[in-house]
Amino acid sequence: MSAVEKASVEKSSVERSWTARVREAGVAALPPEKLLPDSQPTYVASWIYVFGVASLASLTVIILSGMILALKGPAWWHYTGVGHFFNSVHLWSVELFFFAMVVHLWGKYWMAAWRGGRARVWMTGAVTFLVAVPCALTGYVSQQNFDAQWISTQAKDAMNSVGVGAFFNLTNFGQMYSYHVLLLPLAVVGLVVAHVLLVRRHGVVPPFEPDRRALTALAEEDGAPDLPTPTGVGS
Amino acid sequence: MQPTGAAVMGAVFNLDHPAHVVHWHFIDLSVANVVVIGLMLVVFALAIALPFPGAARRRSGGAT
Repeated sequence: MSAVEKASVEKSSVERSWTARVREAGVAALPPEKLLPDSQPTYVASWIYVFGVASLASLTVIILSGMILALKGPAWWHYTGVGHFFNSVHLWSVELFFFAMVVHLWGKYWMAAWRGGRARVWMTGAVTFLVAVPCALTGYVSQQNFDAQWISTQAKDAMNSVGVGAFFNLTNFGQMYSYHVLLLPLAVVGLVVAHVLLVRRHGVVPPFEPDRRALTALAEEDGAPDLPTPTGVGS
Repeated sequence: MQPTGAAVMGAVFNLDHPAHVVHWHFIDLSVANVVVIGLMLVVFALAIALPFPGAARRRSGGAT
């Protein structure tokens, strides 16, 4: 086999390898300049995106404080001041997470953020909210106190009333705790990562185009001779 | 929490009573939840209405 043939065989074997294919597909789907852009369109200068980033910051604090609580066990916060502190950090970062996420969600709903092929961006964001609700609920059920008992029995009745009580036993502490510290956080973090990557891939949704008929009517009322052609985004 | 800290916080937030509830037809919400929902609406309105710092400069062709 000549050197050229040998090089060709080596190249084709590299092209066939799954690592090369995954790398090429990844770079094609999300090139570095899209993954980490150094500028954004002017309409991204909006408070609504601050609340999206605040959601991410809150989620980071939730995960970190939750990891510390998981290390020490669910009863730790009952008998030590440090445990109580981290439990409070965990609770209030969850409160902030939901607050910021809901404001971001409202804003994106009224911006119709699913426009321009961004359906998956919208759906991953909305489903993150829906999955975060049972993630928080299982946390309240894991408090190991009377509050947790009350919430679990009320939620048990809710689950039974919608016919899924056979799958989720809210009074089973072990099941709820593993849902809270592993399964549901994995789902939330996975959805958030997918959401951010999809935002990077598709870009932030531009504002609505001005309604040309309404603008024409306004211009005629004002006596203006003609309208300039819309050039894209405004804010 | 230390006893002194607990006493101070207890003086600010008295939680030693049944929750206050807003009840209207089928709507049954704790006052704490109503306050949070109201705050979210206010913050949302402000987020829409308030100009973002530097946005006007960017639109007029300044640095991004």
